Amino acid sequence: MVEILELLVTGFAVAFQPQNLMLVIVGCTVGLFIGAMPGLGSVNGVAILLPLTFLVPPTGAVIFLAAIYYGAMYGGAISSVMLGIPGASTAVATTFDGRPLAKQGLADKALTAAAVASFVGGTISVVLFTFFAPPLAHVALVFGAPEEFALMMLAFATFIGLGGDDLYKTVFSICIGLVLSAVGLDIISGEPRLIFGNITGFLHGINFLVLAIGIYGIGEMLWTIEEHRKAGGQSMMSKATVTVKRTIGNLKEITRTWKTLLMGSTLGYFVGILPAAGATPGSLMAYGVAKQISKNPEKFGKGALDGVAAPESANNAASTGSMLPMLTLGIPGSPTTAILLGGMVIWGLEPGPRLFVDHQDFVWGLIASLYAANLFAVIINIAFIPLIIWVLKLPFTILAPLIFVLCLIGGYAPTQDLHDVWLMLLFGIVGYLMRKLDYPLAPAVLAIVLGPLAEPALRQSLLISGGKFDIFFTRPYSGPIMVTAIILLLLPAIKPLVRRLRKRG
Amino acid sequence: MTVRIAELAMAILMGVFSLYLMYKSAELPIGWIPDEGPGGGAWPFWLSVLMLLSCIGVLVNWVRRKGPVAVSEETYIEKGVLVDVGLVALALIITVGLFKFVGVYVALPLFLIFYMRFLGNHSWKLTIFFAIAIPIVTFFFFDIALRIILPKGITEPLFYPLYKMFL
Amino acid sequence: MKALRRKLLVHGLALGAGLALTAGTASTALAEFQPKKPIEFVVMAGKGGGADKAVRFFQSIIAENNLAPVPVTPINKPGGTGAEALVYLNGKKGDDHTIMFTLNSFYTTPLRQPALGVDIAEFTPIARMAEDTFLLWVHSDRKDINNVDDFVKAAKAKGSGWIMAGTGKASEDNLLTDFLNSAYGLNMKYVPYKGGGKVAKELAGKNADSTVNNPSEQLGFYQAGNTKPLAAFTPQRLPMFKDTPTFRELGQDMVYFMQRTVVGAPGMSKEAQAYYTDLFSKVYNSDKWQKYLKDKSLQGDLLTGDALMDYWKREREVHRKMLIKMGAISG
Repeated sequence: MVEILELLVTGFAVAFQPQNLMLVIVGCTVGLFIGAMPGLGSVNGVAILLPLTFLVPPTGAVIFLAAIYYGAMYGGAISSVMLGIPGASTAVATTFDGRPLAKQGLADKALTAAAVASFVGGTISVVLFTFFAPPLAHVALVFGAPEEFALMMLAFATFIGLGGDDLYKTVFSICIGLVLSAVGLDIISGEPRLIFGNITGFLHGINFLVLAIGIYGIGEMLWTIEEHRKAGGQSMMSKATVTVKRTIGNLKEITRTWKTLLMGSTLGYFVGILPAAGATPGSLMAYGVAKQISKNPEKFGKGALDGVAAPESANNAASTGSMLPMLTLGIPGSPTTAILLGGMVIWGLEPGPRLFVDHQDFVWGLIASLYAANLFAVIINIAFIPLIIWVLKLPFTILAPLIFVLCLIGGYAPTQDLHDVWLMLLFGIVGYLMRKLDYPLAPAVLAIVLGPLAEPALRQSLLISGGKFDIFFTRPYSGPIMVTAIILLLLPAIKPLVRRLRKRG
Repeated sequence: MTVRIAELAMAILMGVFSLYLMYKSAELPIGWIPDEGPGGGAWPFWLSVLMLLSCIGVLVNWVRRKGPVAVSEETYIEKGVLVDVGLVALALIITVGLFKFVGVYVALPLFLIFYMRFLGNHSWKLTIFFAIAIPIVTFFFFDIALRIILPKGITEPLFYPLYKMFL
Repeated sequence: MKALRRKLLVHGLALGAGLALTAGTASTALAEFQPKKPIEFVVMAGKGGGADKAVRFFQSIIAENNLAPVPVTPINKPGGTGAEALVYLNGKKGDDHTIMFTLNSFYTTPLRQPALGVDIAEFTPIARMAEDTFLLWVHSDRKDINNVDDFVKAAKAKGSGWIMAGTGKASEDNLLTDFLNSAYGLNMKYVPYKGGGKVAKELAGKNADSTVNNPSEQLGFYQAGNTKPLAAFTPQRLPMFKDTPTFRELGQDMVYFMQRTVVGAPGMSKEAQAYYTDLFSKVYNSDKWQKYLKDKSLQGDLLTGDALMDYWKREREVHRKMLIKMGAISG
């Protein structure tokens, strides 16, 4: 314990060198902008700036990139709340309640909540990281395909009840998301599959962002044009303002969600540690759990503050968590950390279990810088809220084309393939037509995020076990996770049964 | 077209799409491979089957007139909405089509001018301001700062001096 | 953003100036061609994958030493085990600003999918930067396995319950697994994962019994004492693993390398080809790359021009035979 504190102090000495502190501030700001851009997330930000980091020493470089990672996590919420478009898969759940809040003219509240939640999640997770990194590394290492699949089942299970009222349409939405996620390459057999019309663009699969920007960006905007016409002009969005009094009120209300914040932070951190999972399942699960334990679950999806607090605290906590396997084992906990590992090679470090021992300055400098990154990110984020609110006040016929432009470029940027932009337009228009018929589309977006993680894990597990399903139940970690998932899945069926039995008894 | 009719059409369309997905998935083995588990096409195939069943479920509800959408006799897309939404959708399609040939930096200003001036009725002054400012910001953010080179089509050579200056 | 650029530039001047002056100016005299727009560097893998890391490493060396007047921008085309990237580059006929980084899927993917219409002999050879090596690895806790004989005994006993993890079907790892199965009469089950890093982790976490990782992928776990090599698929012992025998020493003629090569679009102009060959020769000779080669136990000299094309043609035939043998393609 004392030893850890000593190391942390030396880390702070590194992190608070003026140059490193500057890098944190610049990194957070850059990350915030990249994250706020629909289509660009921390993965892009870190990948793009990585090759330029030779300009500073390794510790400064990783601090800079970690600050971008963090800033982008904060920024992701901005796009979710303001435009209703998740900038990255980690911010999907934030749209569920952030967007309704914005539509009610409470964008300032949603943004403040997101910033505070991100701060709490980030800080709690860094503290957890500081004291419990090495022991948890073991969990990350033994976590194999069966455990990954069990975790995905758990993520799905926490989301039961997210869909609309129509069961058939909800099932349809989930399935189409899962099928679209299978487009591209079947990694088990190495064969291309579902290559529609032999178009090469389908070979890289359908990126989650293409569907998300299509549905939430293009589709949502077309929907808004229709609503706007019916409402005859003014929308509620422009009612949001920023005053000192309002902000204090907002902050007070946010502190009331402390239980959700604590839950989201811890859950996010632990899910983030697990390799390959990353922040996305963490934030989705936090949202699902927050809804299930809430006293007013019916408010979720209609602008519940807890619905913003849970995923935002979780995704920041998870991004810290995903650095644990990166630093202790040299394995990525998320796509972004995979790129950071590449960075270590550029900087001449050998990622792996020895890093924690051989490069204490680097590791603890990074950990200490995360504390600083959180502090600066929340300040910078809150400082930008008035600007965002101002943008929302622009007349609809100016705001709308700007959002469309963002969508088109955001659809192009991640893969730099026009094929994806066309696909995004198609999803947007079809999504709009389906939405008018009450097809819930959020389940499809979730499914396309989780599908590519779930299917290979399922099939790798069955390959290992020779086709036997008991592999999911007999292993020390996957067993309990799988059982929990099944119980949660059956809960909606069991609840009325229990109630009926009680009445009788 | 009423909402009720649209519901029927969409369910049939999606049912047909499910069938197509099933057919396409079956290019890889969809059954159980002994000692290995499901084949490469199994995951999309059986999920497509579930999609088809959901569509049939929607159709059953439609026949039984169950649910608000299945009974609604309102117009699916009113004429005014069709014009508004249709024009925007069309403009988007044309814009993306132009990306490949004349590039982002011609297509985006045209889109902005069309939307702001002709759909939004904003002044020429404001329209031109945005039509110039947005591409400039985009260029510096994406092409220069992030080095995501956006498509330029035949206008590419015009950018060589800019690359030289800023990259 | 502007502030950041300026900041990076200031640092860059301080750090890179010395190198930049010596390396940057010499190239202009040699080749007439000068890139007019950013050089597109196609990566046959997603962001964070093995090939992606290498490309960003090259990009960093080029930027640090100011070797090119324009930036190199990586663009990921991960689809279909290289198929998407190959088709993309094939469609850029005569383009002087597009290059690609390839591994051995450069041979195997066009062989397995003739419908792509890609003939690698049409591509422009630029520079082979290295050849990566393969070793057979098991977990260090397997005290009963200390050599290949022990390995064969243990794997035989478990039959198809012995899990060999690798990167994708018909990949390098798969070819080597098939080789081991047929050479020693084993029935190991091959389980494909996404990426070599993940494969290495599955072994360290005991979710797999063995792997045929590159040293660079397994190095972290090896140095921490989690995993150990049993034998190398190289002609001679590797300097880093002096105590590890080669399969050749053990009487099995199995030598296999993975190329790490930069290739240009088909029909690239002679001048551009000369320019990129010169550029990547400089990258190859940079201290950073030389250190990387040594640290990660990579082999292979710089190979350019016609010599590289001959090498491709030779390797393609080797791979054709291997794929026919494993039943992935018909002869």
